[in-house]
Amino acid sequence: MGIHVVPADCWIDPARPVDRALVTHGHADHARGGHGETFATPETLAIMDLRYQTREGAVPVAYGETVSLAGEVRATWLPAGHVLGSAQILLEHAGERVIVTGDFKRRPDPTCAPFEVAPCDVLITEATFGLPVFRHPPVQHEIARLLAAREANPDRCVLVGAYALGKAQRVIAELRLAGHHEPIWLHGALERMCRLYEELGVPLGDLRLVSDAKKDELRGAVVMCPPSALNDRWSRRLPDPITAMASGWMRVRQRARQRGVELPLIVSDHADWDELTQTIEQIDPTETWVTHGREEAMLRWCQLHQRKARALALVGYEDEDD
Amino acid sequence: MRAFSALIDALVYTGSRNAKLKLIADYLRATPDPDRGWALAALTGALDFPAVKSATIRNLMTERVDPVLYALSRDYVGDTAETASLLWPEPDGPPEPEPSLDEAVQSLSAMTRVSVTSDLPRLLDRLDANGRFALIKLATGAMRIGISARLAKTAFAQAFDVAVEDVEEYWHGQEPPYSALFDWAANGAEAPSGEHVPLFRPFMLAHPLEDTEVDLADFAAEWKWDGIRVQLVHAGGETRLYSRSGDNISHTFPEVAGALDFPAVLDGELLVRGSHQGGEQGGAASFNALQQRLGRKTVSKKMLSDYPAFVRLYDALIIDGQDLREHRWDRRRAQLEMLMARLDPDAFDLSTLIEADDFDRLARIREQARDDAIEGVMLKRRDSPYVAGRRTGLWYKWKRDPLLVDCVLMYAQRGSGKRSSFYSDYTFGCWQGDPDEGAELLPVGKAYFGFTDEELKWLDRHVRNHTVNRFGPVRETDKSLVFEVAFDSVHESKRHKSGLAMRFPRINRIRSNKPVHEADRIETLRALVRD
Repeated sequence: MGIHVVPADCWIDPARPVDRALVTHGHADHARGGHGETFATPETLAIMDLRYQTREGAVPVAYGETVSLAGEVRATWLPAGHVLGSAQILLEHAGERVIVTGDFKRRPDPTCAPFEVAPCDVLITEATFGLPVFRHPPVQHEIARLLAAREANPDRCVLVGAYALGKAQRVIAELRLAGHHEPIWLHGALERMCRLYEELGVPLGDLRLVSDAKKDELRGAVVMCPPSALNDRWSRRLPDPITAMASGWMRVRQRARQRGVELPLIVSDHADWDELTQTIEQIDPTETWVTHGREEAMLRWCQLHQRKARALALVGYEDEDD
Repeated sequence: MRAFSALIDALVYTGSRNAKLKLIADYLRATPDPDRGWALAALTGALDFPAVKSATIRNLMTERVDPVLYALSRDYVGDTAETASLLWPEPDGPPEPEPSLDEAVQSLSAMTRVSVTSDLPRLLDRLDANGRFALIKLATGAMRIGISARLAKTAFAQAFDVAVEDVEEYWHGQEPPYSALFDWAANGAEAPSGEHVPLFRPFMLAHPLEDTEVDLADFAAEWKWDGIRVQLVHAGGETRLYSRSGDNISHTFPEVAGALDFPAVLDGELLVRGSHQGGEQGGAASFNALQQRLGRKTVSKKMLSDYPAFVRLYDALIIDGQDLREHRWDRRRAQLEMLMARLDPDAFDLSTLIEADDFDRLARIREQARDDAIEGVMLKRRDSPYVAGRRTGLWYKWKRDPLLVDCVLMYAQRGSGKRSSFYSDYTFGCWQGDPDEGAELLPVGKAYFGFTDEELKWLDRHVRNHTVNRFGPVRETDKSLVFEVAFDSVHESKRHKSGLAMRFPRINRIRSNKPVHEADRIETLRALVRD
């Protein structure tokens, strides 16, 4: 469960309640409620508050700000480019620098601050898409495919399954950048997070609820829902939906087929293979520790490139819905 | 090549049959010759490139990518073609233009075991990831995208608005890329002729009898045998055995295919010798025995002697090159009876007619046939010509009444296509002993039809409200609902824990008021086995 920072006696992204937690971002598998004190960016704290009502003990830390912890440990939050408020955590202790990337990506994302490259001795990196088959195409390319499917089927709607925090808002923001300014219809489970993004300064345009729509209004529309609703009863009310899913896993055909997806959109909030390996090369740490994902292939790459590396094999982080 | 790889990609993600037909038909109309012919051949599995094997692809990859990273990737993706298409290193510099499908096919055909190591990479370098996937699938001959030959032919018929029976008939004499076939269908040229080729002729099929009664003065009755329908064709010195779908299965049943040596087209039921169907002497074994022989590429001597196959003939389309299809059934039948003397009795016998004075008497004879692992009765209009497909009023199948047992719903799985949000596939079980003394349920079968749309909605709700466990797309229910399950027969099977497997199980009735402990026991079902 999480990473124990022993000299400061605190935890990064703990899975169980602890006295002092340092949180990288708001996804449920990294951010849980019930800690004594929670150090995180103001955006992450707002997201956690929305999900778990965790105002008590919240300690906001801005990007670039440094916090002094027990045992002469200093912690600095740096943008990770994963979702709104997501951060890497830089730990300094006895002249040594350790960076915990949390989840990250290197592609531009209109809904969050870009990843910041900082030097360190030990890099603790994620490896969700740590296999060389994972190379995400440019997001504009995937958004264009979504809009083309919509264009070609004016009587149907395109139903996009997307993770409720981050992915949904990013897809909406990218649709707006691509010039799609018509109403985008939401499953109820996405509404509060989209509103919070807007309150935190990420404009998402005209959003409406599917439950308020007349059936014909949804013809030719883009509808967003969490992945779990794609093939469930909820979607029966939609006009002959084209089932799409925005996820890095869509790169593999069989994964898309298992989900019953007709229009797989390869849109990921995680670094792909090239981003992961380039990041290690850029930061050039003395040692690389790989946390969750496909550690084996990352370790093999490090070995092939004469880099010292080890796997931490953290359990409990889920990546299925990215 | 781009249009072809886009087609393959779209077919992978399309579940509905109609949508697949439309995708293929649109492609066939929009694509020029000979590309569309090669595509059709690829979809129907008619292409073979001996120089390219799955191992060839693996070797090419491990020369270019670290073998450990390749193996990890292959394990994760689960498909060699897809792994290779994703991992193939993009070439430096501006790519050469994509090859056409024709160019790709010509190039693949020209490759040898030696040249493949340099020629195939050159081809892959000119394609994007989707193109590489389609090319490797094409080259290794393992499309596995859920397209049957029948579906491809139907799409062809749809694309050019021609009858699918005609497509079936003309298809078989043709080689890829089927220029004459496209010329006929798309450009109105004369239909390709196949006089000296053992062509498949589409079968004449029967309608279910339902509640109709027929006059036996107009109709002849014969048994409906529980084997597989086959057509035996001899032309141009070659004999082929075709299955119901028009697949050539001669190599699976060489003893039958080798037994016809004059120009003829015969229609009959393929069976294995045994004592179940038609008495001890010259009888046939149950379908289960035939299943041992189906789907084999090579047949061992032991197989041939343990399960000898033969054809029980019931119609003749062509004899000595003379086409009889326009003639009345009774005339064809007389010709067939005369023909029997010229045929090897080890490989052929004649399907006997059932003698009955009237329909009621026939109904009684049919009822008594229960023990004979016979599927039912066929009724054939005495004056009917042999016409392809299912023509109303000419042939009827009158299946015997199904067997029934009461089972308990155990698991439900979501369907696909328009049923994708519904729990529509049901696994049901019977009691292994006395339920009042703590006996357990054992699954005995799975069914996904037999109920109305309204009943499906009700069942879906029942499953959701009675779920006790979830395993991915499967839900385990609290075992509180009884189904009356109908099925044609039941056999011993090692595949299931209960040791039994049903043929054609379907939900006959939802018995929501019946207490589950009154459902049937495994013994009841086992007593119905007739192997």
